[in-house]
Amino acid sequence: MELTERHVEGLKELLYKMADDLLILGHRNSEWTGLGPILEEDIAFSSMAQDKIGQASALYEILHEMGEAAPDTIAFTRNEKDFHCSHLVEMPIGEYDFSLMRHFFYDHADALRFEMLSNCIFDSVSMVARKFRGEIKYHTMHADAWLKQLAHGNEESKARMQSAINEAFPLALGIFEPGNYENELIEAGIFGGEEALKAAWLDKITPIVEAVGLKLPAVSDVTPALGGRKGYHTEHLQPLLDEMTEVFRIDPVAEW
Amino acid sequence: MIKDTILHLLEDVMDPEIPTLSIVDLGIVTGVEELDGKIKVTLTPTFSGCPALRVMEDLVRHKLRDSGYVNNEVVTSFAVQWNSNMISEKGLIALKKHGLAPPPKHDGYIELDVLSDTPCPLCNSRNTTMQSPFGPTLCRSMHYCNNCKNAFEAFKPVG
Repeated sequence: MELTERHVEGLKELLYKMADDLLILGHRNSEWTGLGPILEEDIAFSSMAQDKIGQASALYEILHEMGEAAPDTIAFTRNEKDFHCSHLVEMPIGEYDFSLMRHFFYDHADALRFEMLSNCIFDSVSMVARKFRGEIKYHTMHADAWLKQLAHGNEESKARMQSAINEAFPLALGIFEPGNYENELIEAGIFGGEEALKAAWLDKITPIVEAVGLKLPAVSDVTPALGGRKGYHTEHLQPLLDEMTEVFRIDPVAEW
Repeated sequence: MIKDTILHLLEDVMDPEIPTLSIVDLGIVTGVEELDGKIKVTLTPTFSGCPALRVMEDLVRHKLRDSGYVNNEVVTSFAVQWNSNMISEKGLIALKKHGLAPPPKHDGYIELDVLSDTPCPLCNSRNTTMQSPFGPTLCRSMHYCNNCKNAFEAFKPVG
């Protein structure tokens, strides 16, 4: 099939939102460095931060090859409204239970997204998706293990996990906010679309949550946190960007 | 063959985080070509976020230059995606020599089970427990041997 300008724009939109989610969540995960409830978790969140920022960088590199600015310029010089991350990743780390549920919801969605993109007609995208698919396996494995552990801990840990699910779930639904080119991406075989991804995600996570005796809210009962993909963000993103770019802004042309 | 000559040279370039393991045995050298007198070496990342990658690119550049191949280019590409089956037999032994449990061969799909009874690199017992799928570097997980009572690290299997 003949690819049009709209297919290319759709692919760029998809890459931007994926990379922005990874960059911002990577930054949030790094905020656990030195603060984890136990040393292993300190290391786990720091490692996941490193993976996510590495993946974001690879996606910004593809955008650069498509004519966008250089990865560091994209990451450090855009205004808040030019970021396409979901509200889920912008939220402060909160208590460990919230960070853990965010990690569970987000990483299962990304694992499925990478799986879908492994067959993308753009080789540059399918290549990295196949690479990321192997890396993220350890993230979902980690999230599932801790969800199970804490759901089976004691009354308090179980109640806290349920409460974190209730808080993070509407935010997580915002991951699947449709873009402007869903039909074009689907018809060209670039990406199966956010609706299909959301359905696959619910099929994947529902049995995991139920198996440990917890419950997901009904999708029809909650209001998804939308707007992030269109540049409308929570009050938490700008302070994060200020902190993330603080060193860069001191001397933007410094050689490292 | 220039390719064999270059690969032989690169066997001296060690992974900066695992000094017993060469980058050739690690399986990350995915291309060696000669184009109009220029040597082009292609590397692939073990993990996208691995900070040692840029260091390894530089080590390869220096090795080529010091060996007389001044006209060279070293690039990183995802075209061949690294997986842990690409570590050579010699590489698996080198990992163990450094005290790391080598990754088991896999069919592309990694499950938690493969990590839960990782053989201890010190006493070879399979009576071990995984403590965390994350460790001091992205490519390592942390384990405990219930037999010899030592904590150890394993090089993660990656699909």
